[in-house]
Amino acid sequence: MSDFEPKVVAFVCNWCTYAGADLTGTSRIKYASNVKIIRFPCTGRIDFMLLLKAFANGADGIIVSGCHPNDCHYTSGNFHAKRRWIMFKELMDFMGIDMNRITFSWVSAAEGARWADVVNSTVTRIRELGPYVSYKELVNKSVEEEVKND
Amino acid sequence: MARIGVFVCHCGENISATVDCGKVAETIGKLKHVALSTEYKYMCSDPGQTLIKEAIKEHNLTGVVVSACSPRMHEPTFRKACAEGGLNPFLCEMANLREHCSWVHEKNELTTEKAIDIVRTQVEKVKLNSALQPIKVPVTKTAMVIGGGIAGIQSALDIANCGHKVIMIERSPSIGGHMSQLSETFPTLDCSQCILTPRMVEVAQHPNITLYTYAEVESVEGFIGNFKVKVRKKAKSLDEKACTGCGLCTTKCPQKKIPNEFEQGMGMRPAIYVPFPQAVPNRPVIDKEHCTYYLKGKCKICEIVCPTKAIRFDQPDEILELEIGAIVVATGFDIKHADFFPEYGYGRYKDIIDGLQFERLASASGPTSGAILRPSDGKVPKNIVFIACAGSRDPAKGIAYCSKICCMYTAKHAMLYKHKVHEGKAHVFYMDIRSGGKNYDEFVRRAIEEDHVNYIRGRVSTIFERDGKLFVKGVDTLLGAMPVEIEADMVVLATAGVANSGAEDLAQKLHVSYDSHKFFAEAHPKLKPVETNTAGIFLAGACQNPKDIPDSVSQASGAAVKVAALFSQSELTREPLVAVVNRTSPPLYSTCVACGMCKPVCPYQAIELEEFKARDGRVVKKAARINEGLCQGCGTCVAVCRSKSIDLLGYSNNQVYAEVVALLNDY
Repeated sequence: MSDFEPKVVAFVCNWCTYAGADLTGTSRIKYASNVKIIRFPCTGRIDFMLLLKAFANGADGIIVSGCHPNDCHYTSGNFHAKRRWIMFKELMDFMGIDMNRITFSWVSAAEGARWADVVNSTVTRIRELGPYVSYKELVNKSVEEEVKND
Repeated sequence: MARIGVFVCHCGENISATVDCGKVAETIGKLKHVALSTEYKYMCSDPGQTLIKEAIKEHNLTGVVVSACSPRMHEPTFRKACAEGGLNPFLCEMANLREHCSWVHEKNELTTEKAIDIVRTQVEKVKLNSALQPIKVPVTKTAMVIGGGIAGIQSALDIANCGHKVIMIERSPSIGGHMSQLSETFPTLDCSQCILTPRMVEVAQHPNITLYTYAEVESVEGFIGNFKVKVRKKAKSLDEKACTGCGLCTTKCPQKKIPNEFEQGMGMRPAIYVPFPQAVPNRPVIDKEHCTYYLKGKCKICEIVCPTKAIRFDQPDEILELEIGAIVVATGFDIKHADFFPEYGYGRYKDIIDGLQFERLASASGPTSGAILRPSDGKVPKNIVFIACAGSRDPAKGIAYCSKICCMYTAKHAMLYKHKVHEGKAHVFYMDIRSGGKNYDEFVRRAIEEDHVNYIRGRVSTIFERDGKLFVKGVDTLLGAMPVEIEADMVVLATAGVANSGAEDLAQKLHVSYDSHKFFAEAHPKLKPVETNTAGIFLAGACQNPKDIPDSVSQASGAAVKVAALFSQSELTREPLVAVVNRTSPPLYSTCVACGMCKPVCPYQAIELEEFKARDGRVVKKAARINEGLCQGCGTCVAVCRSKSIDLLGYSNNQVYAEVVALLNDY
């Protein structure tokens, strides 16, 4: 599995982590190209069903990142995200989803280097874990069955 | 059918050096619904923008993806270009190929592949974009200035002189701030009060300014142009209209031993007091924490002696509800008190004071009427040591920054001392002399060369007492770190400038960010130094970081211009990226089940439950409704909605799911 290139999706907020990742760029700090960013106004907007959708579509790992506590552009969106994460983590773990594949972090608009660290450590971890196929196969199978039953 | 135009920018070589732009444009051009996929060296340049505008017309495009830099950089540019090309600006998206791809990865195939994925994701998103119209909101042309120091005063006067109403809130009984405490100001040595007090009076008398002293912000709601601010006017226990300011009450008050805040504890004041003789407004307040009547239930001497019967012991705090269009925060700073430095023996030794206390000693209106007398025995100090950078630039003390004003005021203090005590000796321990500013370095040189102040480059490790004398122990690094011990009659610490108490609390009420030192954060360190990240709230003065008077005044005028610019229009246009609850025809009205989950999570109180009534007045349905004027588009309600009835324009469920799918699948 040496040629395994993990697919990592990052769900980030516009004001802190997206801007932080911009700063990584302006600072020319290099990081793994496996991560691709989807921009949200706020982590509070991130519906955790999106994480399942990403896994079902073949993501090997996911990063969710927003403003540090108390720094949310919208005051409290990141707290709602954190609260939802605490609940959802248990739920996904119960469902059998490998929780080592999700990184939940805070990266501010000033932390360009930290963003590179978050990406690199996540990609390294996912590389060790290998491709995530079990959930995708499960979803595909149930979709096929549904189609058959219809 | 969608007809998407994709424009891949080289950004000179910023993108094309690591990403094969030709391959990106070619691959994307093969996607379904992509009518045009092209590349250009500089998309943001005039010819680049013209290319987009013409392509919109020529190919009848229904959506545009500009694959260039970060949308945080150029989204407004390209949306404007699209609008000029005849396309609704919200049908334009940007794919971030520079900051998130070419600048952070090496040149290889994977990088180009990532670039293709990024662009494809935006193509899939833009297909689902809808044409949105900007929201127009009215502007209340009244500004609020929080803080009545020199920055607040300048801002308030500038805004008021532009013809707009200003409400100034000051938490202490008088405006004037720290500047009113200063003796003389660098680099001109003109008297601080002489230049400040006319401005204070102007504020009080200006027809456009309403001044509330002894008042604090209770809560702030709303948004740019439409803030609703609640202000607590603390009870002064006084009928301000009846009071003539004669001051008889303050002389008769039996409580006389309260440390005077204005004198930095160097003098005493009664429980009913005017903070200083030139206070504006020049009316006393009763300090309830120390007043005998409030503490013990009897006294009322002030009420008995008052010739106009203006004392009101039963006066309650008053809550004012104000409609405000813009807010200038000018709450100023504080200094780190010398008890922060146990190694320097503050508290143990009476003759160690801080810079503001020295200002009061040197001030003609101060406790010693301007004579430099040491606190312990009232004698004139013959040897005085000033320690610069007490706390500042000391990460071990948690203050890594330079407080900026200390080098200059230490030179000023040493000069003032030499001017008043000719035979005395002044020593200054410093790390570096930072005297950037007009006529500043000349001023420091004057202190050294003309007033013979002894500057010693090095830090002080400790101050100790031997035989009733203070000894300052440090090193002289210009003499090869030679230990120095100076006998001192008095020591002045130039302590660090820190955020004002209550800054964090106020920042949270205003929803503005602050840094790790609790100073308010500007929206951009270079290009938006007076804005905050909350639209309509601006910064002036030392609440942002320690500043001297000229800097505070300039920034205050800058903030005033921003407010005046905002007030120059009668309505504002806002981005329509707001949340909406779906609506459909009766009897369903909406898929919303009125569970109310979205209401408490909204940080802007923008959600309310709407009732639908039948003809006979019965409520047949309740559904959430979002006030588009209040909504800021965070989308927290969208994620908590159980019935998926709320969607966020610009980041709709359809769009973000399409992005996820597009990002992970090749087409």
